[in-house]
Amino acid sequence: MGTTFELISAITVGSGGASSIEFTSIPATYTDLCVKLSVRQDASVVRNMVLKLNSSSSNFSRKTLYGTGSAASSTSGSDNVVSIAQGSDSTSNTFSSIEIYIPSYASGDYKSLTIDSVSENNSSTAYQVIDALLWSNSAAITAIALNPDVNSFVQYSTAYLYGVKNV
Amino acid sequence: MASTYKAIATTTVSGTSTVTFSSIPQTYTDIHYVIYTPTAAGVNTNVNFNGDTGSNYSFTQTYAEAGYSTPASFRGTNTTYALSGVSDGNAAIHGHILNYSNTTTYKTLIDRGGGGRYINMDVCLWRSTSAITSITFGPSLSNGTVITLYGIKAA
Repeated sequence: MGTTFELISAITVGSGGASSIEFTSIPATYTDLCVKLSVRQDASVVRNMVLKLNSSSSNFSRKTLYGTGSAASSTSGSDNVVSIAQGSDSTSNTFSSIEIYIPSYASGDYKSLTIDSVSENNSSTAYQVIDALLWSNSAAITAIALNPDVNSFVQYSTAYLYGVKNV
Repeated sequence: MASTYKAIATTTVSGTSTVTFSSIPQTYTDIHYVIYTPTAAGVNTNVNFNGDTGSNYSFTQTYAEAGYSTPASFRGTNTTYALSGVSDGNAAIHGHILNYSNTTTYKTLIDRGGGGRYINMDVCLWRSTSAITSITFGPSLSNGTVITLYGIKAA
């Protein structure tokens, strides 16, 4: 019996940190992709991340809905700046939890993504973010890369890429 | 080893505005569904369970619209459906129906997603203790929309 939800690749950031997390040579044999991340970066405050598909930052549009613990707001733009990765002002040893879901990633249609993110912080400020991202490109997704919009991911940040089959 | 996450059924919409998944096996704990519409046309994913179109649903949606910095929230009470991810095209929506097969509690649906213009998240309640054996999505589904159900086992 085939496996519906299967680990494709796993990345753990080592002692030197990492400027980016990248999955390459993604096979086209699944229906959807799911990326689960636990990340922290070394900037002094929480930062967004840049998500590239097939090394591209072009042809993106984004809608974001987020809460800070005291207020809710939304933004939109023609960019690929999404999610949140917490920084050194967050409670020690805590990491942001993120899930990226990409249906029909290998189809010949434009690619729609949902991104759910939360930060962990023993404080009155913690973030919950959902992004809807559209990549107006009909190419199959073969690579996914994420980097903080400044600085680097710290040690023990992890990322897991799963393939999901609908049969 | 038992499979924890398993595809139950998938369909691609063609020539119809409503899709029903029936005879849903009762062997899982939760349902995860994924809706993907590749076209620029809209998708309206109201949800009914077991063919119930009575006033047995309530929901709260929080959403944001491109060009507006203030999100909004609204709710429906005593409605005839659970609202799930209204969007305007190129949409990716996924949700969970928790403990769908139990016959003790009311059923809860949570979802989030977005498309060309909107992003939203919903929590919905079906005031029935019946196990969910069928799920209907629609109306106004666009041709080419793909809907897939997955079963998740807690053990």
